[in-house]
Amino acid sequence: MMDQLLTLLWTMAKILMIILPVTIGVAYYTYFERKVLGYMHARRGPNRIGPLGLLQPFADVFKMLFKELIVPTNASKFLFLLAPLLSLGPALAAWAVVPFDDWLVLADIDAGLLMILALTSMGVYGILLGGWASNSKYALLGGLRAAAQTVSYEIAMGFALVGVIVLAGTLNLTAIVEAQSGNIFTWYWLPLLPLFVIYFVSGVAETNRAPFDVAEGESEIVAGFHVEYSGAGFAVFFLAEYANMILISALASLLFMGGWLSPFAGIPVLGDTILGEGGVHWFLLKTVVFCFLFLWFRATFPRYRYDQIMRLGWKVFIPITIVWIMVAGVFRVMGWFGG
Amino acid sequence: MQSITRYLRSLMLLELFRGMAVTWRFGVAPKATLNYPEEKTPKSPRYRGLHALRRYPNGEERCIACKLCEAVCPALAITIESHNREDNTRRTTRYDIDLFKCIYCGFCEESCPVDSIVLTDIGEYHMENKSEKVVDKQQLLAIGDRFEESIAANRAQDARYR
Repeated sequence: MMDQLLTLLWTMAKILMIILPVTIGVAYYTYFERKVLGYMHARRGPNRIGPLGLLQPFADVFKMLFKELIVPTNASKFLFLLAPLLSLGPALAAWAVVPFDDWLVLADIDAGLLMILALTSMGVYGILLGGWASNSKYALLGGLRAAAQTVSYEIAMGFALVGVIVLAGTLNLTAIVEAQSGNIFTWYWLPLLPLFVIYFVSGVAETNRAPFDVAEGESEIVAGFHVEYSGAGFAVFFLAEYANMILISALASLLFMGGWLSPFAGIPVLGDTILGEGGVHWFLLKTVVFCFLFLWFRATFPRYRYDQIMRLGWKVFIPITIVWIMVAGVFRVMGWFGG
Repeated sequence: MQSITRYLRSLMLLELFRGMAVTWRFGVAPKATLNYPEEKTPKSPRYRGLHALRRYPNGEERCIACKLCEAVCPALAITIESHNREDNTRRTTRYDIDLFKCIYCGFCEESCPVDSIVLTDIGEYHMENKSEKVVDKQQLLAIGDRFEESIAANRAQDARYR
């Protein structure tokens, strides 16, 4: 009995150790986003609250929590309140299998990649239900768009990951990173360059971020699926979206950029220094770079039209991924990469 | 052939990279924004802000109640009443400016023969009650006394263009 209790507490502690940094990461990701967008608009971004505006995210959180949570009269109240949680749950649960270092992983399971694919697909239920339960036409349209888009890009994303699996020969994320060890040129971004690009772009589409943010599309359907949400409900949707973005960035660095491996590995001068050794710092650095790419895209590209999104997903990405899976298979059979 | 090269080129995402280069350039460019309360844009000496009534150096108020400003005011924001003082000079008993009506055109200042009513370069003021929108003679004189130095300096700077 005591043992079980201890195991439970220890597991809870480990979950907190992941969820707290992710939540704080989300808070500062919103700050980072506003700063980056500001700078790219030739503005300064938030700089009033705290030094350099660093306390801005907390001001936003408290404002959000103190606001009233309005449930529309004709909304399905249970689903309306459940939807944000449904979208947040998978976004956080997927972090369980993400390895931060070769020993630092909550659940080192063999089908880690499969679990991540499953959980990221679950996230769209929250969006769809949120849009539907609101009983508002804009929210419904946003939910429908999000569902169609996520389903379309899931395929391209899954195919892109098949390339990784072919080369690594495993679904375990730690093993996938380990299979890339060597130097920067043995990471999978090089042999799988098209898949890497497609994976990341699909990731942007999966999380409904610009330029694929038709699900929110301010100019035509106001805020899309979360138009009726206020206060804490909106905050939870927000948290889920940003947690998903960080997750996609983390996965991109794990699957294609060698996770915690050092890009300078194999250079004798740097042998044992922090630059030469792999570690959590490299993983975080790569993740931040991909997070920055999300924001850079948002600052640069205009929103895709709905039919253009579908065309890109079905007629460009999926054919390319199928072709490149075969190329990856050739790499594997010839023994040039992987295996 | 051309369509094939165009297709291959679009696969290399060159246009997207060019767009991202533009935003990157703006991202590292110096920022135009001023941190407002700490930094302010330079102001012209001709800036037309809050009104003030000036005095001569000996403390006598300049205004002689000629009512030219009242007459010229396109927004009818100025109300003046006058009487003859003991020394038989004409002075205002009432000089009210409705700040909500005023359009800050500066005609009152232009029309004033004795440089009494002026528009200062104060642009940052507020009122907390609607009743405070009308500033009376005492308030206007107080503003003039308080900012006489900068008012005189701005007038001196602008004098040679008049």
